[in-house]
Amino acid sequence: MSATEADILDIEVSLFLEALFRRYGYDFRHYAQASIKRRVKALACVLGVPSVSELIARTLRDRSLLPEILAQLSVPVTEMFRDPAVFKLLRDQVLPVLASWPRLKIWQAGCASGEEVYSLAILLDEEGLLERSQIYATDINDSALKKAEAGIFPLSIFDDAERRYRLSGGRRPFSDYSTSAHGFFRMHQHLREHIAFAHHNLVCDGVFCEVQLVLCRNVLIYFDRELQEDVLRLFHDSLGRGGFLCLGTRESLRHGETGGDYAVVDKEHRIFRRAERAVP
Amino acid sequence: MSAIDAAVIGCSAGGLSALQQILAFLRPDLGIAIVIVSHTGPESANLLPELIGHSCRLPVSEAQEREPVAPGRVYFAPPNYHLLIEPDRTFRLSVDACVCFVRPAANVLFISAADAYRQRLAGLVLTGANADGARGLRAIADLGGICLVQAPETAVADAMPRAALLAVPEAKVVRLEAIAGELDTLCR
Repeated sequence: MSATEADILDIEVSLFLEALFRRYGYDFRHYAQASIKRRVKALACVLGVPSVSELIARTLRDRSLLPEILAQLSVPVTEMFRDPAVFKLLRDQVLPVLASWPRLKIWQAGCASGEEVYSLAILLDEEGLLERSQIYATDINDSALKKAEAGIFPLSIFDDAERRYRLSGGRRPFSDYSTSAHGFFRMHQHLREHIAFAHHNLVCDGVFCEVQLVLCRNVLIYFDRELQEDVLRLFHDSLGRGGFLCLGTRESLRHGETGGDYAVVDKEHRIFRRAERAVP
Repeated sequence: MSAIDAAVIGCSAGGLSALQQILAFLRPDLGIAIVIVSHTGPESANLLPELIGHSCRLPVSEAQEREPVAPGRVYFAPPNYHLLIEPDRTFRLSVDACVCFVRPAANVLFISAADAYRQRLAGLVLTGANADGARGLRAIADLGGICLVQAPETAVADAMPRAALLAVPEAKVVRLEAIAGELDTLCR
């Protein structure tokens, strides 16, 4: 691709995002540019269109493409117990505090295909909190949500998941939480019944309830600064006093104007706690 | 005046000692940013900045999300994240799927850096046992950047430099011991 072609592609990508927003209301215009450009190129490739200009034309006229477009543009990748040290900290330092609430509400924002939310449900189960917990797992990607709700994963990820589960302080056989057959394993019903999967768009949807823990890891890295601020404010407004916020291990609150209302629980693993009282 | 503002480097098997050899010989007033993807295990702590920092006279650190890419510094991609450079020359991370079976992938860094720097960029593919970096180096060449490949016979694993040369036959082939000098020349 020549420099001219690269300039044209930049224009096309920005026009495509504009078209998607004006036609269907999905706003990716505040996503970090280099990543969203990669994904738009991948989308054109998956749909077999030769240029992003043509992708714009098809997007505007063919609504049936929308699920595929959203699936390609949103964050589809998670792992069970990714960053085991974070889950160990949640187990050792966060859940014992949350145990003092009579009922627990937890929001995982950007749950993708659900690997992480099941990891969280396993933690809650082992710490005796699952029965009084309600987890809300949200995403804008409906096809990922559907997968997450089914709770069926390929056996090929099982050994790695089990290894990370052990590193996170897990003590039971990991196979206790699922049934395997035909190259897949399905998470048990008693985990699934405490998770409500729902469509929620961080860009434009608001607070839907007060929660004691917000888990949103490796989602903010895709947003520009302005959108990061907005979403951090949304998390702040969703968290009850004394509630916890857990971000990705390379994300931070440093620019957030709400950042001052949090104490750092663990700096390296990005776990924060909202102040129990208003700062006068 | 320097011909480039930044150099991006990709390496895998054998990369640590190659990097040590190159970075130890760079002068502290080099004046460009050096950004490195080295394939490591997903859960390993990022020891590379410290290991390399001992022998390098430029400050070495892990690239932080949204941090401006500053000249005169060496940056490493964090383990288990792709590292990208935005058009405004700040770092970005992503957990998108592996590329060439790896994350971070040199291809992802190179392609985004080619966009951000165009002809003010050098790309360098070092030793490694897979094909990562080849497509990215092609993108750098297409946008007018300078392409360097470690001479395969001086690489611990020659698959990565060979794949890069297949994709970018016009790249300059440089023996390991001459790479630091080559970078130095580009910055004068």
